[in-house]
Amino acid sequence: MTYHNPPTTPRKSATFDDYTLSEIRRAASTGIYDIRGGGAKRKVPHFDDLLFLGASMSRYPLEGYREKCSTSVMLGTRFAKKPVELKIPITIAGMSFGSLSAQAKEALGRGATIAGTSTTTGDGGMTPEERGQSKTLVYQYLPSRYGMNPDDLRKADCIEVVVGQGAKPGGGGMLLGQKISDRVAEMRTLPKGIDQRSACRHPDWTGPDDLEIKILELREITNWEKPIYIKIGGARPYYDVALAVKAGADVVVVDGMQGGTAATQEVFIEHVGQPTLACIRPAVQALQDLNMHRKVQLIVSGGIRNGADVAKALALGADAVAIGSAALVALGDNDPALEAEYNKLGTTAGAYDDWHEGRDPAGITTQDPELAKRLDPVRAGRRLANYLKVMTLEVQTIARACGHNHVHNLEPEDLCALTIEAAAMARVPLAGTSWIPGQGQGGL
Amino acid sequence: MRTIDLAVTPLRELNAELHRQSEGTNEAEWEVLNPRGLHAVAVGVDAPIKVAVRGPVGYYGGGMNKKATITIHGSAGPGVAENMMSGSVVVKGDASQYAGATGRGGLLVIEGNAASRCGISMKGIDIVVRGNIGHMSAFMAQSGHLVVLGDAGDALGDSIYEAKLFVRGSVKSLGADCIEKEMRPEHHDQLAVLLDKAGIKDVKTSEFKRYGSARKLYNFNIDNADAY
Repeated sequence: MTYHNPPTTPRKSATFDDYTLSEIRRAASTGIYDIRGGGAKRKVPHFDDLLFLGASMSRYPLEGYREKCSTSVMLGTRFAKKPVELKIPITIAGMSFGSLSAQAKEALGRGATIAGTSTTTGDGGMTPEERGQSKTLVYQYLPSRYGMNPDDLRKADCIEVVVGQGAKPGGGGMLLGQKISDRVAEMRTLPKGIDQRSACRHPDWTGPDDLEIKILELREITNWEKPIYIKIGGARPYYDVALAVKAGADVVVVDGMQGGTAATQEVFIEHVGQPTLACIRPAVQALQDLNMHRKVQLIVSGGIRNGADVAKALALGADAVAIGSAALVALGDNDPALEAEYNKLGTTAGAYDDWHEGRDPAGITTQDPELAKRLDPVRAGRRLANYLKVMTLEVQTIARACGHNHVHNLEPEDLCALTIEAAAMARVPLAGTSWIPGQGQGGL
Repeated sequence: MRTIDLAVTPLRELNAELHRQSEGTNEAEWEVLNPRGLHAVAVGVDAPIKVAVRGPVGYYGGGMNKKATITIHGSAGPGVAENMMSGSVVVKGDASQYAGATGRGGLLVIEGNAASRCGISMKGIDIVVRGNIGHMSAFMAQSGHLVVLGDAGDALGDSIYEAKLFVRGSVKSLGADCIEKEMRPEHHDQLAVLLDKAGIKDVKTSEFKRYGSARKLYNFNIDNADAY
């Protein structure tokens, strides 16, 4: 009998995996870093690593379909003459006309309004479609000031000063030339077809002391009516939230690294910023240390997908959440029904992220009029409203199971963590123990 | 003429009164006394009125002005006339950084010097500075005109888009993608109109050089990476 040496099974490197190899080849071939939309795709500790304990002997639950569990939230109660009340604690995050089609912006406004919540403009200004369909509209005040004017400031219900975002804390934006239609170019006062950069810093203030004066100006111009939000990326949430409070914010928005962007370098999205889960407790701690928790409202965003995520964010101390990527999926983004068209673009449904190229077959992240026409704003808006309502029912289900008659009564004590990392970040006990890693050792 | 003394009247009342004015108002002339460096003086005005501010203002004086003619008889802090839409703001003294930032229209005249980042991200405003301007002026300037009778500091017009810059004195250095351009007859005409609007009669357009975008950074090219 002849014996052969057994062959060695081909083994791929964990360090140089297929994706890494393809990126090296792509960079060598094209000479440019990869730009894409969306947020971090890498696996990071997230809300899935937390569980609710529910009620039992030591907690008294509420009956699921008979006992009320409120979901409303007031935003802007610190200084604004006209704070806004939302029916649900789930808002729509800022996304620009330019990155999104006018139809998509209209759909976001329609869906949010049906569900009783707010939507938000983006880098590029306010469109009449969006204002017209949005009962409560937050107007983003960004470094580029594209499309910014005092008339739109006054038409807004709230103003959000954008300092940063989770996908790229410390970075600016880029809208590539292929998405610069005549209308987008006009709104941004730039020639058609050129790459439009958005600066990473505001042009007329440089720190929290300046920002306090900028907010004074915005309040003076709008008669102190509008709640002023400050949006920050998940960089140093304890100190950044404290400084936002000092600068005079009514509301602070903290966006973790899973939060999406219209177009940014892959290396930025995946390697800068902290996971959403890691940002919430330091942000809440900052508010509590300043005796401002619930006085300055906290909105958390970045990877919120369902009612469980919302409930967990609220339990950790947020007043509300914001969704962006999930809202686009609700409208029809990355729908498997379009698989053949995604294949033509060299990708697959669920992975399409070249939003900056403007060829979105779903008609959402495009300025191509033919593609944009595919999105029916009324139907897409209804889908978004349905999704928001389902999420709200899910939050209520969990809150009742934990014995709470308002979703804001959810608290860290309702939670445990499945991993040591999540326990440390969320500052809740590891499941089956009373151990909170880092407890008592600062851990800002 | 309505006179408001900020030594006794809160800023909020001044701005609220100015915001109550509209087209055809009978209260077309206003005088503001004792601004004493207050921030956000006469911001967000939206009426064809004249406002004379007797003294220095802090940040954002005349910010987001529409239609009004605002004269600051003193110096102005950072961001004077920021995001102006139309009308005019005249600063009789010097202006701090970010003068006319992101302005979309109207005329800003600074009779003294302007500090750094004058005209940053300007989007259609016309700015005329009798003295010198500081570094990084006209950074990412998109549209409009910046006229400087004195000298310009470092990195003038860095990453400029379509704004036109006219400088009579020296330019310490030009920023990325900003180059000197030919002064053609139409540029002399444009400049003459701007100088006339600013009430400047004692200089000739032939004394100026024009600067603008080389348009090489409009679409990303890896071979231009050294410029970023």
